[in-house]
Amino acid sequence: MSVCGPIKRHQPVRSSAAGLRQVSLWLVLLSLLCLFAADLDIRSADPSLELSRIGLGLLSPNFWSISEISSSAFNTLAFALQGVALASIAGFLLALGYRFFWLRAFCAFIRSIHELFWALIFIQLFGLSPLTGLLAIAIPYAGTLAKIYGELFEETDPAPRQNLLTSKGLSAFFYTTLPLAWQPLTQYTSYRFECAIRSSIVLGFVGLPTLGFHLETALGEGHYEDAAALLYVLLALVVSIRWWLKKALLPIYLVAAIIYLPPSAHISWDNIARFFCEDIIPAPLRQTGELNVWQQINSLGVWFEYLWRQQIWPGLSSTIVLSQIALLLTALLTLVLFPLNSKLFFTPSKRSLGDGLLIIARTLPEYLLAFIGLLLIGPSMLPAIAALAIHNGAIIAHLLGRFSDGIILRDDAPHGINRYFFEVLPRVYRQFLAFLLYRWEVIMRETAILGMLGIGTLGFYIDSAFEEFRFDRAMLLILCAALLNMGADFTARTLRRRLHLKTTPETI
Amino acid sequence: MAKSSPLADALNLTEKSTSAPEPAAEPVFELTNTDLFYEGRRIIQDLSLRIERGERVALVGQSGSGKSTLLKHLRSLTPAQAAWCPQHSGLVPMLSGYHNIFMGGLERHSGFYNLCNLLKPFAQPKAEIQRLADQLEIGQVLLNSVDRLSGGQQQRVAIGRALYQQRSIFLGDEPVSALDDFQADKLLSLVTHKHDTLVLALHDTDQALKVCTRIIGLKRGRVVLDAPSGQVSPQQLHELYR
Repeated sequence: MSVCGPIKRHQPVRSSAAGLRQVSLWLVLLSLLCLFAADLDIRSADPSLELSRIGLGLLSPNFWSISEISSSAFNTLAFALQGVALASIAGFLLALGYRFFWLRAFCAFIRSIHELFWALIFIQLFGLSPLTGLLAIAIPYAGTLAKIYGELFEETDPAPRQNLLTSKGLSAFFYTTLPLAWQPLTQYTSYRFECAIRSSIVLGFVGLPTLGFHLETALGEGHYEDAAALLYVLLALVVSIRWWLKKALLPIYLVAAIIYLPPSAHISWDNIARFFCEDIIPAPLRQTGELNVWQQINSLGVWFEYLWRQQIWPGLSSTIVLSQIALLLTALLTLVLFPLNSKLFFTPSKRSLGDGLLIIARTLPEYLLAFIGLLLIGPSMLPAIAALAIHNGAIIAHLLGRFSDGIILRDDAPHGINRYFFEVLPRVYRQFLAFLLYRWEVIMRETAILGMLGIGTLGFYIDSAFEEFRFDRAMLLILCAALLNMGADFTARTLRRRLHLKTTPETI
Repeated sequence: MAKSSPLADALNLTEKSTSAPEPAAEPVFELTNTDLFYEGRRIIQDLSLRIERGERVALVGQSGSGKSTLLKHLRSLTPAQAAWCPQHSGLVPMLSGYHNIFMGGLERHSGFYNLCNLLKPFAQPKAEIQRLADQLEIGQVLLNSVDRLSGGQQQRVAIGRALYQQRSIFLGDEPVSALDDFQADKLLSLVTHKHDTLVLALHDTDQALKVCTRIIGLKRGRVVLDAPSGQVSPQQLHELYR
């Protein structure tokens, strides 16, 4: 079909969709560009054999080592509970000063470093102790919660506060702002608790005694029946949160968690002092005395240049490449999957089935999914991309489906593909982009981490540096990962503002 | 069906869209002793009504008298023959006027065709809709997103979507409420030219008398007035709104 010629018009076309289209186009182009740079080979000769063994395992889960499973499940919960409790207190206090730039920057910094990286650092200080797990979760979560709480406080209706004689001070805050923000605040915190269970599981992969620890062993050794049992426990734990996480029971849970797993550690002050005063100082600066200042600066430059060429640049570039492809695939998957959780497309019974699938997909941590993918097809970016897309796509699809329920269609609205493309997609697209840009930073953070599984992102070099006890390198690399995430966060926020996307926090 | 070439008929202003000879009494709608409900409440009681092809019916009455419920029911009786112009237009805000009008014709094409047209308008529908939009006096702003249009312009787009459905019956719930009298008359005469049977809910009784051949007055869910336009007195209309 040919397209007809220009039609007469006197005013320029004013389109609400143009900005959204433009950003989408750039995101797609950027991702396609990254696709050329990515290593998407499949190394393993035949993944089908391993896949069928995994399938068999899933069908015949082995719950015999019940004590091991239950203790690791309790550990998982204890880390998550204590971590979120500490993080929400710290986050609340930080949020009170959220209008100060440096406090905001500090929060952005601590949340830009992934739980696993924090864990690797604290393992050097406190060993594989409960304190390590607690701090690894609490610190980045405090940064996130501070941001969300701070934004919620800012978004509250200012009118009740302005009606007071003095609108400043703690009393005004506790009488107006806090009650107004309370409901979304608790809702978000309980969502973060679900995330914390996932984080807690993943911490098992670096040696803490959670479900992830046994999962790694079972999967690595090919005991898929054991792995299946652990996986089912994991799913049951997360899916059942809504039934057992009750406000009134929280103090009891928390006390039980602290008694069950006291946050203790053998603290060796010598060890800690050495870590801060020696280990993390860049190697060229440690040999004092022999060199003068200029020589030291010079050798520092050589050290940095070497690291940049050998590790930082390759790690940074492949982190960006991989996360960009994962972002595109997440977007596509979201657009395909969100009707599963929408009453505009399915009857209530079919819809709850569809949403069940989405909930299962989002419950599995991407780190675990990528680990299984790598077992199947060997070291390649492909399983990492798939894992990121499945996890994040399911999260956004669930939310977008719920958002689409708010649309009221006219009586003669079309059905099927016409309904999707003409009635629903245009209406949810703005929200879809908002969700996607929220997840961008998260995907970037996770991509860096997946390097610890052997893909060449920043996590790979960070993990190697820790293994070689080159903590100075590890710290520099972690700093680079943090800067990258802060950059992604900043870019996404700027884009959201420019596109007039909703900037208030969502439960994602 | 009365229509042979829907497109040519629908775009032809000078003739009515049906050229087939009509039998003397062909009811388009026939209700006998019907109760109608909305959200569990009974809105219309014991309604008997017969509307024949070629009639132009105005439903008048206070808000809440049951006009919208009756219209909705009429639509549900003839979903494949009636063009539908609801009170809440249900336009998709970020799509252009062109695409919103095209949505009236989605059923006439394959899903693939519709999808391609969403990405880049095809020449044929574009020409058709441009002509229609010119008649509706929104030809200049046809490619703007609907949420950037004024209330009156949005209502014209909604009418355009109903016209582009190219049906023989037009059911409209306050289709011109956001327009001034002069513009409203122009649009309603466009609508009457393109459909052989009309049922309109109108709050403006002068408009109803001008455009329609038959007035049905509703009060608290009952028909209290049903007469040809020429025989309705101002007193009777006044009575409806008391």
